[in-house]
Amino acid sequence: MAGVRAVGILSRFATSKYSRLSGHGHRSLSMSSSLLARTYANYEIKDGVAVIRINDPNSKVNTLSKPLQAEMTEILEEIWGNSAVKGAVLISSKPGSFIAGADLNMIQACKSAEEVTTLSQEGQKMFDKIEKSPIPIVAAINGSCLGGGLEFAIACQYRLATKSKKTVLGTPEVMLGLLPGAGGTQRLPKMLGIPAAFDMMLTGRNIRPDKAKKMGLVHQLVDPLGPGLKSPEEATIQYLETVAIEAAKNLANKKLSVKKEKGLVQKLQDMVMGLPFVRKQIYNMVTKKVMGQTKGLYPAPLKIIECVQTGIEKGTTAGSLAESVNFGNLAMTSESLALRGLYHGQVACKKNNFGSPARDVKNLAVLGAGLMGAGIAQVTVDKSVRTILKDTTVEGLTRGQQQVYKGLNDKTKKKAITSFQRDTTMSFLTGQLDYRGFDQADMVIEAVFEDLNVKHKVIKEVEAVIPPHCIFATNTSALPIKEIAAASKRPEKVIGMHYFSPVDKMQLLEIITTDKTSKDTTASAVAVGLKQGKIIIVVGDGPGFYTTRCLAAMLAEAVRVLQEGVGPKKLDALTKGLGFPVGGAALADEVGIDVAAHVAEDLGKALGSRFGGGNVEVLKTMVQKGYKGRKSGKGCYVYEKKSKDKKVNPGVEEILKAYQLKPAPSVSGDEDVQYRLLSRFVNESVLCLQEGILPDPVQGDIGAVFGLGFPPCLGGPFRFVDSFGADKLVQKMHRYEEVYGNQFSPCQLLLDHAKDSNKRFHK
Amino acid sequence: TIYFLSKTLAKPNVKNIVLVDGVRTPFLLSGTSYSDLMPHDLGRGALQGLLNRTGVPKEIVDHIIYGIVIQEVKTSNVAREAALGAGFSDKTPAHTVTMACISSNQAMTSAVGLIAAGQCDVVVAGGVEFMSDVPIRHSRKMRKTMLSLNKAKTLGQRLSLLGSIRMGHLMPELPAVAEFSTAESMGHSADRLAAAFGVTRVEQDEYALRSHRLAKKAQDEGLLSDIISFQVPGKNIISADNGIRPTSMEQMGKLKPAFVKPHGTVTAANSSFLTDGASAVLIMSEEKALALGYKPKAYLRDFVYVSQDPKDQLLLGPTYATPKVLEKSGLTMEDIDVFEFHEAFAGQIVANLKAMDSDWFAQNCMGRKSKVGVPPMEKFNTWGGSLSLGHPFAATGCRLVTTVAHRLQKEGGQYGVVAACAAGGQVFLPKYTYAQLARADTEYSRGATVQVFLVHSFGLFSVHVLCMKMTMCKSVQKHF
Repeated sequence: MAGVRAVGILSRFATSKYSRLSGHGHRSLSMSSSLLARTYANYEIKDGVAVIRINDPNSKVNTLSKPLQAEMTEILEEIWGNSAVKGAVLISSKPGSFIAGADLNMIQACKSAEEVTTLSQEGQKMFDKIEKSPIPIVAAINGSCLGGGLEFAIACQYRLATKSKKTVLGTPEVMLGLLPGAGGTQRLPKMLGIPAAFDMMLTGRNIRPDKAKKMGLVHQLVDPLGPGLKSPEEATIQYLETVAIEAAKNLANKKLSVKKEKGLVQKLQDMVMGLPFVRKQIYNMVTKKVMGQTKGLYPAPLKIIECVQTGIEKGTTAGSLAESVNFGNLAMTSESLALRGLYHGQVACKKNNFGSPARDVKNLAVLGAGLMGAGIAQVTVDKSVRTILKDTTVEGLTRGQQQVYKGLNDKTKKKAITSFQRDTTMSFLTGQLDYRGFDQADMVIEAVFEDLNVKHKVIKEVEAVIPPHCIFATNTSALPIKEIAAASKRPEKVIGMHYFSPVDKMQLLEIITTDKTSKDTTASAVAVGLKQGKIIIVVGDGPGFYTTRCLAAMLAEAVRVLQEGVGPKKLDALTKGLGFPVGGAALADEVGIDVAAHVAEDLGKALGSRFGGGNVEVLKTMVQKGYKGRKSGKGCYVYEKKSKDKKVNPGVEEILKAYQLKPAPSVSGDEDVQYRLLSRFVNESVLCLQEGILPDPVQGDIGAVFGLGFPPCLGGPFRFVDSFGADKLVQKMHRYEEVYGNQFSPCQLLLDHAKDSNKRFHK
Repeated sequence: TIYFLSKTLAKPNVKNIVLVDGVRTPFLLSGTSYSDLMPHDLGRGALQGLLNRTGVPKEIVDHIIYGIVIQEVKTSNVAREAALGAGFSDKTPAHTVTMACISSNQAMTSAVGLIAAGQCDVVVAGGVEFMSDVPIRHSRKMRKTMLSLNKAKTLGQRLSLLGSIRMGHLMPELPAVAEFSTAESMGHSADRLAAAFGVTRVEQDEYALRSHRLAKKAQDEGLLSDIISFQVPGKNIISADNGIRPTSMEQMGKLKPAFVKPHGTVTAANSSFLTDGASAVLIMSEEKALALGYKPKAYLRDFVYVSQDPKDQLLLGPTYATPKVLEKSGLTMEDIDVFEFHEAFAGQIVANLKAMDSDWFAQNCMGRKSKVGVPPMEKFNTWGGSLSLGHPFAATGCRLVTTVAHRLQKEGGQYGVVAACAAGGQVFLPKYTYAQLARADTEYSRGATVQVFLVHSFGLFSVHVLCMKMTMCKSVQKHF
């Protein structure tokens, strides 16, 4: 969902500017270019081409805000009224951003679907005018061109893009529960063909310049420049501008034509797409795929399909109307609200709120080359930080180094990096069995076995060799940090960094501070996490911290459900039906049954009967039999290579029979089972906030969604309480409480919210 | 009296090292008269020419160092093959060096090092490039199958290996079109460099035209006296370069960009073309040369190698290295009488001139307080350059040094500087610096002290430009 400022809307389309500026054509060129100094956009005329430069003075990126749109409208009217202008170039003065999307606050400020629909229609009108512009307009794209920015660009007659790493194109609206609402659903299918347009709008993925050229999204690519007579950024923008002006001139004098010869494949595809039954087949297929992936929990993708279909089958006028109406309706859905909340939360969790650390971490050491340790090493070397990976055995170390290499090599195969970049990145990694070089380490992250005695032994060994400023971070998923820090001579330098597996794919990092952890230590840990590309929540210390605790509560209920005779497949279907990306049983297999058993037992001891429900012995027996989850080939399921259909492990079925419990019919319907699972998760989250483990609901939502796969359509446990209603949730919980006991007792904060419907976690 | 006025650049406790003489074969567009030869044939020609011209007794040559970029696998130590064929003593060791477009510079500076270290007194250095034939390989898959076939013992094994060959195996592997580290071709890099310095197409075409006109003039006036004739076996004698073709701005302006399309500025006409050719020089300690009765042409004084980011500064070496070598010797730009810079692309030369004239570049990229300063054009590549004479990668360095010596003699100058860029760079992200410098005086001609500085900057040039340049070369031929 990165970099989304989505959604293309232009508002306040002023139509009455012609008369005021009708004299423009007679002005001298230099006058017209400097006459009106505007704030968000300005233009000058170079060689008969109007160069419109966008630069939002208040932000790092340009967004289609109301003032920018107003100024842009004025400028376009002036240009269209000036007969000396033969073409125009639209370019950003910001190095990393063309237009990153529409201003989300504009939508946020709307009270009704109709208001949003109006915004959409104003945008549509504006872009229609641009599309019909009497002079060619060239969009010169450098940096992010997303959402409304992309819709702006595709309304222009010609598009140039730099091959800069920062240049990405895309329609990420779907990730915010919206659709491209300023003509995107109408223009893209015509421009790219139906399948490619669906792919782009339904996935919302970022498209790199090379791919954009191949798809036909842009016409011409420009290379980024190195330093010359100016900085690389300035030089690149100037170069892009020069090439764009040339293109505008050539378009104006017909030396350059936008139409390109269609290849045989393209002609064939067009012919096939001309057949109504083929198109119908495509709509059906895409709808089916979307339903399979979203379980119908997300309305936006279906509306996108509807808009495209309407536009193609009934014409653009009908399509545009469908687009604007659906856009308005979607903006008001709880799903969109949830997703937009996550977007804002994610932006907030990519900042360091603890200031800049006294020292940069330049040398990092990771202890333990297991799955986690190697993963941490991989995301660290990836950012050119020298990293030592230490293990106790050659076998362990070799496996870990292979994992890092494989991670980078996979990127090479996907052409994300060159083999040369892979090799130089690998050169930042040193694998070793001893403590050589630890005297240079700025931070040590331990990822050794989850056992307090082992952790104590390690912390003592490490503190004997590291310099005084070095931070000791522990990657544990459940052991309280203060217990680990008890063995330390300098607890202010000890902090918890809880990564999620697989480290290179999971975005979340949960940082845990004790009351002794210094602010600088926290700042440093956050800085390292941000460098590794993580979304970060910083929570207080306690058994299971935040994420593990919530997950453990839900897994305890999942075990109970299994014991009551709901099979692993059914359990997975129910959890996925809620919107979890991975089912409960499958998740336990991924985490590792041994880890789950460990955590369940520890938390049960520490937090008492609230963690009751399922019997821990079920997990322990599974571990005894070697069913440790995916890593051991067997858990709830049997994992075989190349087998697509997972089979339930018959051994587990036997164990579950041995621990069978009788379900209570009043609370064992499908929906009740779902809410039993969900309510325990949510209650534990709210309790974490109540106890001060969580600093705020935003980090609670982000942690749950990005670390544990809490349904994004619900926006996180706190957003869920707000939208579902605390009172309704409490009612349900009371019902479960009667049957099962205090693991379903709502916490005080939840009760407070239930009592007073004005209380909300998110404003 | 002039002698008295000159600065002495001799270093205490270091032997003076001199260039006795230098020669080269005519440089020909690849695919023309040399096309049926092999690299060592051309190398042999240059070495034999050097023997003939200098009359140096074979048995006193201590060592032979030769450069090449695109290796012919049959003659991987091309130095030895060429030397034996040229009639040098089989007792004289020979080795081959490679360092992209500055391979023969590396050969010369290695020679300087051997003499300075007291290991040798007489060394022959040079380089050859032969682009009429390049190694085109079977695909890796096919190579693997063929190698396994060698080891297969039974007919069954052989048949099963042969049976595993698929269409994909048959695809040949051309020399890479892109720089290994950055996956960018050199022409592409030059185009971006030109854009970064705001070098226009017209400026590039003008510079290229200048190179061709000056080369033609030098050829007509017989100034290119380093050329020795080469007898192509079974064919006629070649005695002149064939790539010099001064045309007009108008004709050059018709060409389409060769690398960056459609808006690029580097074309076949303003780039150096693929060339076959070889060169050689005779380097000695001064005392040895004098004892043998030679009248050396120049002192080779000092050298510096630099290297930078291979992505964005690939071809900017001359800008970095020139001030370095001058400062090292206590000289300024004004002291230099002769500049010979390797012309890879007109855009690259003009970009370097602009970089040298830019305070911004000096301050932000070089860590200097102010700009380097631009060499005056009346002293700059006045007998043509690589754009017009041709650029056999590993032979160009010796041509530049010999040309400086000849120009100093002809024009009565005292100091000269040579600079050449090469591709690559050893380190991907960090910016490293190497450097090379060499200088020479010729106090033997006209009694004036003349010195040559060799300044070569370097990134590493990899093999690839090949295919690109081949097409360029064709279009040049078509065009002119």
